[in-house]
Amino acid sequence: MPRRDVYDRVMDTFNRFDGVRVAITGGTSGLGLALVDELHRLGARVAFVARTAERVNHVAREHPGAAGIVGDVSRKDDIYPIALQVTGNLGGLDVLVNNASSLGAVPLAPLADTDCEALELALATNLFGPFRLTKALLGALASSARQGRGGVVVNISSDAAVNAYPQWGAYGASKAALAHLTRIWNEELAGEGIHLISFDPGDMDTPLHALAIPDADPAALKRPETSARELVDVIAAALARETAQVVT
Amino acid sequence: MIAATSPVQRPRGAKLLVVRADGELVHAPRSSFVEFLNRGDLVIANDAATLPASLHGVHLPSGGAIEVRLAGYAAGSRADAPRFVAIVFGAGDFRTRTEDRPLPPALAADDRLALGSLVATVDTLLDHPRLVSLHFEGRSSEVWAGLARHGRPIQYAHLAEPLAMWDVWTPMASVPVAFEPPSAGFALDWAALRALRDRWIAFATLTHAASISSTGDPELDRRLPFDEPYEIPRATAAAIRRAKARGGRVVAVGTTVVRALEHAARRRGGIRAGRGVATGRLGPSTCLRVVDAILSGTHEPDSSHYQLLRAFADDDTLARASAALEAGGYLTHEFGDSMLVERTRPACADAPACYWLSNSPTTLPSVSATRA
Repeated sequence: MPRRDVYDRVMDTFNRFDGVRVAITGGTSGLGLALVDELHRLGARVAFVARTAERVNHVAREHPGAAGIVGDVSRKDDIYPIALQVTGNLGGLDVLVNNASSLGAVPLAPLADTDCEALELALATNLFGPFRLTKALLGALASSARQGRGGVVVNISSDAAVNAYPQWGAYGASKAALAHLTRIWNEELAGEGIHLISFDPGDMDTPLHALAIPDADPAALKRPETSARELVDVIAAALARETAQVVT
Repeated sequence: MIAATSPVQRPRGAKLLVVRADGELVHAPRSSFVEFLNRGDLVIANDAATLPASLHGVHLPSGGAIEVRLAGYAAGSRADAPRFVAIVFGAGDFRTRTEDRPLPPALAADDRLALGSLVATVDTLLDHPRLVSLHFEGRSSEVWAGLARHGRPIQYAHLAEPLAMWDVWTPMASVPVAFEPPSAGFALDWAALRALRDRWIAFATLTHAASISSTGDPELDRRLPFDEPYEIPRATAAAIRRAKARGGRVVAVGTTVVRALEHAARRRGGIRAGRGVATGRLGPSTCLRVVDAILSGTHEPDSSHYQLLRAFADDDTLARASAALEAGGYLTHEFGDSMLVERTRPACADAPACYWLSNSPTTLPSVSATRA
């Protein structure tokens, strides 16, 4: 890519994220961490959520100004404490990225060999977690939308939500449900100026992928940084569309 | 009136008493609220989320058990370094009526209070053994984490079960700055917003840091509400100007919205967007400049909320409304029934309709800044 294009793209993106308030779940590894990196670099005000205090503190130290929040989106009782810290630290919210995901069964297993508890875990993390957290933060997102700052929710999807891959039953079913929930909710909230988007980042070299397919060749997988940049462009486009609508 | 004792924001049978501008009283299901509004009206709600402002712990100098209720923001408070006004109780919890709660150990400036993972330091005493200003030690993100883990919503003895955060955040709850829920907003859900839109009724929000509503101590209660910071977004100020210009009414959802809007409009130039601190009480001597009607909970005549209603309607009308609430078995307190009071008293003489038609200060009538 010619250098000039790179410069324009960076400056353009930078301006679009200066001061934008973003919350990312699963923000200490894989795609979530790459998103924290990218958005922090672009001037966004970032809050990220993950389960392990040590990891949260480590990532927070490496991203001055970002707010690290310890919490587990699969636990109902963690949702409001997370929402309180997100809106408290950021003073509102413009973008929520529901990225934290669980495979359910590890190692992957055919559905007939999948424990009910494993399916429940996949649903709790990949469906109920995003539903509950989005619902708790909907007031903040709608307030942002009314003020012309946008209001965007990204739910991380997968091609396993569409295709019937053997062994991916718990994960695939939960992601399919999430994708459908995203479409319906997006219809319902259009009047509030809130956009819900499904984003499939592709097969990435992440800890989650390594758990699923331990012997995959990392060189054949997408870098999470690449997917993060693609997602940032998607978010920027959604924000631009929404702020343009409010102005007119 | 009987207190509503279960924390359901939108019970199926919720009732609405409408006090019309001509003094007529109408009983209706609260779910029909939108039918009492007109095309072109503007509904404004308070989108403040509620802090888990009740913190149990220990007064470190004495070792005595205490409950701290964060009650408002102290003078000089900043977003990145908040200072709070707090009510401090001795041992016990919400199950004991606040009137019966023991005093805390004797408090002094610089006393440290251990509240879960949080440590607070008393800044000053505020002329009452229960009332102090304080701040928390540590970075802002640590304070939020401590509040999230250890704090509980403030509640009173009329509710038997402990409240959860989801009980007190309205559907529109955004930034956590309120010490008790702006509970009039419980009446509105997302379907209601949709119904407003379908009828060409506008909706906007402001953020008002509602302070504590009751302390159990008559002397302290007379000092309520405390000074309350608020923020009116530019989009909301613009929506008010548009509504007034087309002859629509401004309908406030809750007393906090009235406080913020009337404070922001107290000087010439109409409503000002931005931040302010609402001080003082609104009451029978207030003339309203912005708000034309209020959707509110039902309030007993001895409360500051009821005093605010006197800015909308004369005492005879309010007395008839109170009798109708009593006779109709309406429930009171934060999870109770609602009333919609249209302004029967005249608006400020210095706020004619044309006042709103222009943003240009040069065309405004000369007004003197009357304080509420």
